[in-house]
Amino acid sequence: MKIAVCIKRVPDSETRVKIAADGKSLDEAGVKFILNPYDEFAVEEALRLKEKAGTGEVVVIALGPPAAQETIRTALAMGADRGVLLQIQGLHPDGLETAKALAAELRDAACDLILFGKMAIDDYNHQVGPMVAELLDLPCVTTVAHLEIAGGKGTAEREIEGGVEVVEFPLPAVLTTDKGLNEPRYPALKGIMAAKKKPLDVKPTAPGPGALEILSLTPPPERQAGKIVGEGSAAVSELVRLLREEAKVL
Amino acid sequence: MGKFRGVDFYDVDSLLSEEERAVRDTVRSWIDERLMPIIGEHYVEGRFPKQLIPQMAELGLFGANLPEEYGCAGLNNVAYGLIMQELERGDSGVRSFASVQGALVMYPIYAFGSDEQKRRWLPRMAAGEVIGCFGLTEPDYGSNPGGMITVAKETKDGWMLNGAKMWITNGSTAQAAIVWAKTGALDDVNSIRGFIVPTDTKGFSAKDQKGKLSLRASDTSELVLQEVCVPKDALLPKSSGLKSPLMCLTQARYGIAWGAVGAAMACYDEAVSYAKNRLMFGRPIGGFQLQQARLAEMLTEITKAQLLCLQLGRLKDQGKATPQQVSLAKRNNVSIATDVARETRRLLGANGILAEYQAMRHLANLESVYTYEGTHDVHTLILGQEITGLNAFN
Repeated sequence: MKIAVCIKRVPDSETRVKIAADGKSLDEAGVKFILNPYDEFAVEEALRLKEKAGTGEVVVIALGPPAAQETIRTALAMGADRGVLLQIQGLHPDGLETAKALAAELRDAACDLILFGKMAIDDYNHQVGPMVAELLDLPCVTTVAHLEIAGGKGTAEREIEGGVEVVEFPLPAVLTTDKGLNEPRYPALKGIMAAKKKPLDVKPTAPGPGALEILSLTPPPERQAGKIVGEGSAAVSELVRLLREEAKVL
Repeated sequence: MGKFRGVDFYDVDSLLSEEERAVRDTVRSWIDERLMPIIGEHYVEGRFPKQLIPQMAELGLFGANLPEEYGCAGLNNVAYGLIMQELERGDSGVRSFASVQGALVMYPIYAFGSDEQKRRWLPRMAAGEVIGCFGLTEPDYGSNPGGMITVAKETKDGWMLNGAKMWITNGSTAQAAIVWAKTGALDDVNSIRGFIVPTDTKGFSAKDQKGKLSLRASDTSELVLQEVCVPKDALLPKSSGLKSPLMCLTQARYGIAWGAVGAAMACYDEAVSYAKNRLMFGRPIGGFQLQQARLAEMLTEITKAQLLCLQLGRLKDQGKATPQQVSLAKRNNVSIATDVARETRRLLGANGILAEYQAMRHLANLESVYTYEGTHDVHTLILGQEITGLNAFN
């Protein structure tokens, strides 16, 4: 079973990001970058499928700057077999152009499965996985929370409002993974050492400019301090009054 | 509690390799996710979190700087140090567990053992299937281990050991003990040899030491050896004299120097966050000069200790680190970490005495760390001897 996992280098969710002097990019100084957490579920699932099958290959592919090699090596340390970096300079904001570059790489790769995290935690676009599926004309299931693969087809569960949707699909297919699918392993120390020796192809890539351009970035407005109107039932009428007259939500 | 982000005022990260950072980050998130939620409770209840042993083994934390051929991770000494730093950021007891297993049990087997002993014990110890302890200190011989009265007599089929050991980390958990004993006259320190003693051997008993107010999430035991008979191949063939156990201690002290930085970082992190959030007289206490002086002092000492460790690690990787350099680092770093923990405890006011916060747990732990593996005072004398060439021990 050959599985490709597309991953992204993103700023750590705990990092306080600063906007760079140009007003439209991030100041990367002092920012820690990590493997996108939703992609960790994808890597873990790919490793489990390979381990269960007892044979196969897990290839991780990222589109990103040279430093994304480090992110790929995190996945290699978890156990993936090899990595491919479609190397660009800086970040690419356009989901479709990213998808086209990945699709071009994947078109002749003869994968049984192509996995993505359901979204990247930097831009929250939810786009690239389904776009790659469309470009490659493959079936696609998004936000997979449970997965079974057997006999050339798969069954996936998606958590939907008030229930679970069960989807059957033929292979090859593109899936995007959700929290709850599995618990990603820690890269063991031996894995970290072994990752250095695994193949990592760096392919300079120049995606088209796309339709999307970042004009400016601004931090969200600072949150106002809350207000405690009182305690117990005596405070209810004041709370209702404030919700109606000040917050205007009633 | 959010994710721990470390303390790095001087961009020390840029002096680390990608693998070194990856190792550190793995252990850091493991501690965040698996140890931090439970450590307060384990500490109060006086229980070592045994359930974490298999995970620690799977990560490769035991004997991580020993070669891969014995199932170890084969890391350099800086990466090993960073592991100790992150473990002790969680709790000194957990770091002690890994220190003992790696530096005091696996290391002597690796350094003084036969090929057969190495193949027999090291992979199972790396996998956490066999836990070890290190029996050097005795009730009446702490800073003076050469005075030990535990003896090993050669018999027809092997050795018979008699004696008692005290303050033995992992003693009651261990399946194997590295026991140091005199094979000659009691005044002959050159006759000290090391033995691998399975703890289920007849005559061997371990009893937990009760009433500890420090290192509560760690097992500390007293070992009694009463006519314990072991085969000939229990002897570590290349161990010879007091310098053998002292070599093990140098390994462990090296890890402690790093570990203390971790404990200090944990406290500083807590102090900063508390100082910014705790309001008194209508504003954050971090805005008061006295608290700022505390924080400035802590950051300064942590940064110095961090750089000290890193250079020591680089020297060790080049085979150039001396035991005296290790003494300086252990002595300094544990001492400043204890100060940082104490100042954090005070900055936290009344909250600082609660197990919900880390400072007092670290402070109580560090009082042991200050005392074990060569007390602060012993390291002072080691340095004094190094500087003057004059021995002030006796």
